[in-house]
Amino acid sequence: MKAAVVVFPGSNCERDVVHALSTLGVDARTVWHRETSLEGFDGVVIPGGFAHGDYLRTGAIARFSPVMREVERFADEGRPVVGICNGFQVLCEARLLPGALVANRDLRFICRPVDMRVESTGSVLTGEASVGDVLRLPLNSYEGNFVAPAAELERIEAHGQVLLRYCDPDGDVTDEANPNGSSNSIAGIRNESGNVAGLMPHPERASDPVLGSTGGVPLLASLATALVPASA
Amino acid sequence: MTKYRIDIRRKHGLADPEGATTARALHDLGYSGVVDVSFGRVIFVDTDDGDASDVAAMCEQLLANPVIEEYAIEVVE
Repeated sequence: MKAAVVVFPGSNCERDVVHALSTLGVDARTVWHRETSLEGFDGVVIPGGFAHGDYLRTGAIARFSPVMREVERFADEGRPVVGICNGFQVLCEARLLPGALVANRDLRFICRPVDMRVESTGSVLTGEASVGDVLRLPLNSYEGNFVAPAAELERIEAHGQVLLRYCDPDGDVTDEANPNGSSNSIAGIRNESGNVAGLMPHPERASDPVLGSTGGVPLLASLATALVPASA
Repeated sequence: MTKYRIDIRRKHGLADPEGATTARALHDLGYSGVVDVSFGRVIFVDTDDGDASDVAAMCEQLLANPVIEEYAIEVVE
């Protein structure tokens, strides 16, 4: 179980991801974005932050960093690729995930714990969770509002690609419980085959009781389980 | 050298929170006839060896996000 955690100029929480995965038995290491080989790793995580200053659009410059060719290769080969917050934006810009993230509905930076319901277990991020589970994770973003053209949104729903939806503490998906205006309250999605997943909230910041929540553990444990050597 | 002006806008029908908020503010100011406000960005590219099709390729690849944005290219000088 070996995971690369990509670091761009402006990334954050990469050490938190390494720490959280390490406590789950994963050999997780940071990898600089200029790296051209991820040989020896079983999967890759793109953490949060503001890669390359988020200039132009969030994730737009980062998707052309040299390491992204390897991330695309991993995605093509069916290996786990997970994007958290800014990492989710990078994966959308790279077209490894559908849709895009735009400014929050109320034009406010949101930094608080939010509840979300697990909608599908068919991904490297939710394989160990159960549909209907309500997880509480910190959201920390200004551009976390998931949008997609109507036809693409229909495809995402039809293929069961929604992994997480914002909800109230009882698990009900309501407009009031949607913190940023995301279409269909989407907090996390996967690609069609389930090996690429992205979410706006930060599971690594909710991975230990000392942090006030362990809502991220089922997600990170799912990733740990999915990190099997390619030859296995 | 040719200078291109590229206008990038959110595709119609997709959420534009800045535009919606500004439209509400205009209504509050009494401009009740305002139907829609949308935001975009303008990028100028000066190039020695590119034609408009190269600039379009730049838009598709990097300058715009074709999933949610549309763009128009114009030669300005």
